Amino acid sequence: MLSLPRSLARARPLVPSRHIHSQHRTTSFGFKTIPEESKESLVKHVFDSVASSYDLMNDASSLGVHRLWKDAFVSTLKPGRKGPLRCIDVAGGTGDIALRILDHARESYADRETTVDVLDINAHMLKEGFTRFKKTMYHNTPQVSFHEANAQDMPHSLFKDDSYDLYTIAFGIRNCTSIPAVLKEAHRVLKPGATFACLEFSKVNNPLFSTLYDQYSFSIIPLMGTILAGDRESYQYLVESIRKFPSQPVFAQMIREAGFATGGDRDGGAWTDLWGGIACIHTAVKL
Amino acid sequence: MSVLASFARRSTPYVKPIARSFFSPTVGSQHPAYQGHIPLNRFENAFLAAGSALISLANPRRGDMVAALGETTAGPSLDILRDRMLESPEGRRILKQRPRVTSQSVDMHKLAQYPQGTFGRSYVTWLERCGVTPDTREPVHYIDDPELAYVMQRYRECHDFYHCICSLPVNVESELALKFFEFANLGLPVAAISGVFGHLRLDAKKRARLFSEYLPWAVKCGGSARSLITVYWEERWGQDVEEMKRELGIWDPPEARWSKPLSEAAKAAAARK
Repeated sequence: MLSLPRSLARARPLVPSRHIHSQHRTTSFGFKTIPEESKESLVKHVFDSVASSYDLMNDASSLGVHRLWKDAFVSTLKPGRKGPLRCIDVAGGTGDIALRILDHARESYADRETTVDVLDINAHMLKEGFTRFKKTMYHNTPQVSFHEANAQDMPHSLFKDDSYDLYTIAFGIRNCTSIPAVLKEAHRVLKPGATFACLEFSKVNNPLFSTLYDQYSFSIIPLMGTILAGDRESYQYLVESIRKFPSQPVFAQMIREAGFATGGDRDGGAWTDLWGGIACIHTAVKL
Repeated sequence: MSVLASFARRSTPYVKPIARSFFSPTVGSQHPAYQGHIPLNRFENAFLAAGSALISLANPRRGDMVAALGETTAGPSLDILRDRMLESPEGRRILKQRPRVTSQSVDMHKLAQYPQGTFGRSYVTWLERCGVTPDTREPVHYIDDPELAYVMQRYRECHDFYHCICSLPVNVESELALKFFEFANLGLPVAAISGVFGHLRLDAKKRARLFSEYLPWAVKCGGSARSLITVYWEERWGQDVEEMKRELGIWDPPEARWSKPLSEAAKAAAARK
């Protein structure tokens, strides 16, 4: 990551000194630098904690706008337009994207054969998604299934090579320990010619808008977490992790390095900025 | 959550300023002054005050929100309480030693050993009668000065002692009566806010009794009693309760509604011996 040299200078060992020699790989957890092995369990704690109020907090902190972003994301992809798709929605937890995919296929193209496999590393989040789906017509149908798995290391028995038409990951990739590993797995499970799509928070390039956005993120969002969910630290982590995520061109390059073909390095090419770059849709095709 | 919290304490050598604001200049230092300190600027403080007020009213079980409301609305009242403490020898001892009410300092078995009629024994009886235990209170986060943060923490932890010395149980109307008492005695805005809005949760009959019987008691007794923040409760376990009430200037409120009768609770307290 870009800021790794600076964060390494600030890093401090977390375990007794006799273990230092084995800890040379670090990653970021918000603004903190931590050993790579720790990130997964720390992120797990965050999502265990936020799962029950996740949807409420999304609505409160984005003032409902996350729904528009997710709608735009799925509309861009047009699932079902060229026939039924086998989709995999990774870090799909509470099922927002999976539901939109199935609804879009059904409403726009009368497609009831498209399937979505929802994958998440966190069982609490999956449970919320499963419960949400129980209120829909897709419950107990082959159209949706839920799996607890790690996006960086999906079991080959369940998630075979070259088997999916669409891979989506929305607001999940920045929480993963190693983005290249996630991209590699995405490349593995997608069929040649299939689409990779990622919706994620990104860099706001306009300096004035960026200042306002920072103020809002660092002042209001942790307070909302305190007030609505009784949990400031998880939301402090969430807003910090947004700042640590690579910028649009850097992420696009990482996607290409995983073996995907993208559009040009500009807004409208490899990525599409939403709301000035607060969120961003990256799309790519497996070669 | 404690994993994250302990992690936050251990892993950051450089303590990054937490709060910045467009809306007001930095108020004092923006770096944490004590463990658990979350500095807020004026805008954030107001936002949290409003949000915690709404949530406290909607869901009084959110103890963290009631605590946040107290801290964000404290204003100069904590300075005044600290001055009260500095004026009395007992208060000065509290500020120096900074006792905390924990499961060690409130050992129920040890307190049950005290003779009938002492403060220690009557506290255990009160806990039994209300069916509560001395639970750990939410730590202070939003007060900038560490000593004032301790004063706030002390107030929060002594709340149950006020219940005991005023012979009030933990149901809603008694809590409100005690809030009025606390406002008259200590002057904390949150006590007034809780009283002024909390009664909306009561039915008409209880509200009428609250205002006609408890409020006059609270104002008269709270206003004339010694400032309870200066009382070193932990030094007084063996003191006779009636003598203590005379010393502090407290008399009993109108009879309240308890969840257990006194005889049963006294038996249970004795059983702890």
